[in-house]
Amino acid sequence: MTDHSGDTRSHPAQILAPNEWGGMSFQERMATAEFRIHHQAHIVVDGSVCEGCSTRECIVACPANLFIPTSDGGIVFNHEQCFECGTCYLVCNKEGAISWNYPEGGHGVVFRRT
Amino acid sequence: MTDETTATDVDVIVVGGGPAGSCAALVAARAGLSVVLLERGPFPGSKNMYGGVVYPRILDELIPNWWEEAPIQRWVTRRSTMLLTDTQALTVDFRAEAWGKPPYNGATAFRPDFDNWLAGHAQAAGAQLITSTTATGLLRDNTGKVVGVRTDRPDGDLHAHVVIACDGVNSFLSKEAGLYEHTDAKHFTLGVKETLALPKDVIDERFGVRGREGVDIEIIGATGGVNGGGFLYTNLDTIAVGVVLKLNKLGSQQQRPEQIIASLKQHSAIAPLVQDGELKEYSAPHIHAAGLKLMPNMTTDGMLVAGDAAALCLAAGIWLEGVNFAMASGMYAGETAVEAVRAGDTSAGGLAGYQRRLSDTFVLRDHRKLRRAPELVLSDRVQHLYPGMVANVVERMFRVDNPTPKPGVRRILNQERKRAGVRRRDLLRDGWTGFRSFG
Repeated sequence: MTDHSGDTRSHPAQILAPNEWGGMSFQERMATAEFRIHHQAHIVVDGSVCEGCSTRECIVACPANLFIPTSDGGIVFNHEQCFECGTCYLVCNKEGAISWNYPEGGHGVVFRRT
Repeated sequence: MTDETTATDVDVIVVGGGPAGSCAALVAARAGLSVVLLERGPFPGSKNMYGGVVYPRILDELIPNWWEEAPIQRWVTRRSTMLLTDTQALTVDFRAEAWGKPPYNGATAFRPDFDNWLAGHAQAAGAQLITSTTATGLLRDNTGKVVGVRTDRPDGDLHAHVVIACDGVNSFLSKEAGLYEHTDAKHFTLGVKETLALPKDVIDERFGVRGREGVDIEIIGATGGVNGGGFLYTNLDTIAVGVVLKLNKLGSQQQRPEQIIASLKQHSAIAPLVQDGELKEYSAPHIHAAGLKLMPNMTTDGMLVAGDAAALCLAAGIWLEGVNFAMASGMYAGETAVEAVRAGDTSAGGLAGYQRRLSDTFVLRDHRKLRRAPELVLSDRVQHLYPGMVANVVERMFRVDNPTPKPGVRRILNQERKRAGVRRRDLLRDGWTGFRSFG
């Protein structure tokens, strides 16, 4: 699994690392939601398409912070803590970069009943 | 010609066990049709989230005295609209005792709870609920008519006379059917929410309510440079605070959603209300904003679209509604399916009663009436200029600047308008648009 600790990621300068917010780390924040992870990724990101992208809005907009910029200008994506909201494919302006499906039935995010 | 003679497994397949799907399945099953209700999550409601309040009066027709059994958190008896700047807050606060008694008005509820309850009624009426099953595509005959869905189960093809797509805001089924013309990020808003645990008596005290009374606060001007709005509402022993953000502004402003919630929670008008709340769940769905402009064609041969899948979400500033539109459109889709199956014509023509039902009721009438509102509320002037202007006017009206005598209100208005950089012409035009939309 991708390392989700705040220190190892490079963010655009104007964004504070997610673990600065709300007095808790982003990992702790995401741990409050339940995910029934399927081994097969329901969203596939073609990093080679992302290399020519100048906006890279997915990095900022994904509420689960699953799009991680790499030092060579690419993007690494991990599907495991996805809210299945659809924000990424809507903000993406590179045809073919994101192929988006729902996870296998019974998998993915499960919101709380209380 | 095997396609045309393919046996149907059931009369109606409803895709999605949210409020639209459950109401559609309930109505069709009650009329005696065989109905399958597909849900991709492990239980209905498990994938569903929203900005807080459900207005269930439409259920009067389907489940008499629904309020005696619906799993609600609190009845909203107090509604506030807040205008925030970095350092000021102007609140319009309204209470109605009547909203705390049957038949009530709005309620806060956990969607996994509420949706699961509603799906239980569809099952009780005879609909067969199949969970943990994703509809992956449409089945069509050689004329292009929708005759069923493909699922991710082995041998998972299901055939029916009518498919009702209630598959939510991303609705891949209605996109596959070619019913959406465009899905541009500028028409969408992202909602993110934190559910914070607090003891019930602390919530009661902070929000000035008792028993099952609850509060819903809509907030404008609290989303930094990103156009959108905020909300804060009370559950029984949790509160929820969140923001709704215009998607095409979020990326360009380089502000992360949880960062915007964090700033909202630090505002001097909000901080005392949310203080010490322990994060119980962070969640994010996304909701529509564009209303009428985005709405797809909701009927095609063999298929109807309802709820969020049909962009039936009203995000017009002081009105934030969706579950009611979902329940109503699902109900009308169910009625239409019954009519069409009985008549033996489930073509688009046979299903035409759906559009008529939507047009004649609040479902489309409210959207038509408020068609200009979402754009106005999310416009740059309303978002970034007016809150400061209005708050400054109010601050100067109430500030006692002795020995300087009080200035006249008209003078203050004019000065603050100029200071905010608002042209008189734009102010009048927006006022007129607002009056026409909301009036």
